[in-house]
Amino acid sequence: MLLFTCPNCGPRNETEFHYGGQAHVAYPANPAELSDREWAEYLFYRENTRGLFAERWVHSAGCRKWFNMVRDTVSYDVKAVYRIGELRPETLERAAAATAPDQPQQLAPAQANPNNASEGV
Amino acid sequence: MGNTALNTEVAALRRSPAHHLWTDFTVGSVAGERGVTLREVPFQRMVGIRVDPASDTGARIGELTGGLPLNSGDVTTGESGAAVLWLAPDEFLLVAPDDGEPGSGALVASLVEALGDGAGQVIDLSSNRTTFELAGPSAQAVLEKSCAADLHPRTFAAGTAITTEISKIPTLLWKTSDSTFQLFPRASFADYLGRWLLDAMTEFAAEGTPWP
Repeated sequence: MLLFTCPNCGPRNETEFHYGGQAHVAYPANPAELSDREWAEYLFYRENTRGLFAERWVHSAGCRKWFNMVRDTVSYDVKAVYRIGELRPETLERAAAATAPDQPQQLAPAQANPNNASEGV
Repeated sequence: MGNTALNTEVAALRRSPAHHLWTDFTVGSVAGERGVTLREVPFQRMVGIRVDPASDTGARIGELTGGLPLNSGDVTTGESGAAVLWLAPDEFLLVAPDDGEPGSGALVASLVEALGDGAGQVIDLSSNRTTFELAGPSAQAVLEKSCAADLHPRTFAAGTAITTEISKIPTLLWKTSDSTFQLFPRASFADYLGRWLLDAMTEFAAEGTPWP
């Protein structure tokens, strides 16, 4: 059972929460001046991070409040939980930069051997 | 409004959401050292309150309710006997016994007056939820079958209340004493949850090795 720690309610079962996608996607400063392509990228284009990822969650079966979480998309480890409006913890930014895998190198074995594509991904 | 003959007649016609299960609750309740009893507490007065507890409006409402709870699990009780359960930092549920008053009653009127034109809302939600009372030495064991929240007294002490799911049903769970829980499911889930709890209680009526 996976436990998430809601900033308001404390540790609760993951099934009480719903996912809200990538956190810290800033609203365009001048939305009227965006091209269709820029607008589509703002709406739909998101990071597909392997490793530490800042994302939004809502405690829908509890306090119904949104919050941010830094989660490792590989191990599912929750590294930090912080409130909406707060900045992503800086130490984690550094940790992410230091440990972020070099993705092209990770993918190299799969490219060399397409029959073994699941390795290295 | 008032306690007119017509209102008395209408009050007598009220049917609580789990009224049809009352006989089953009586039959399914278990006595003894492994006992657990289930009953419905009908027509409790419930008021949804949304206000910033640190604001002046929150303070005015708090004067009527014995303060507003500030943290998850907190419950405050006022002089009137009404309890206020914490739902979220700015959302609370006031629970008071059935006052028999028609409409939303004097309590809601006084809270609306306290709210005034401040930011927030006070809404009579008495019909939104019903109340189940699960009591007895095995009450916690019954709940733990289908509630993922930690119900151990170490983290869930008597006098606290949490919002959680019981058998997937969003339910407020208020531990009123060491072996008594009040459950507030929405009215439309009362039948399902009532039958679910009855089923979960069955094993404690059976002879055999005590749980656990």
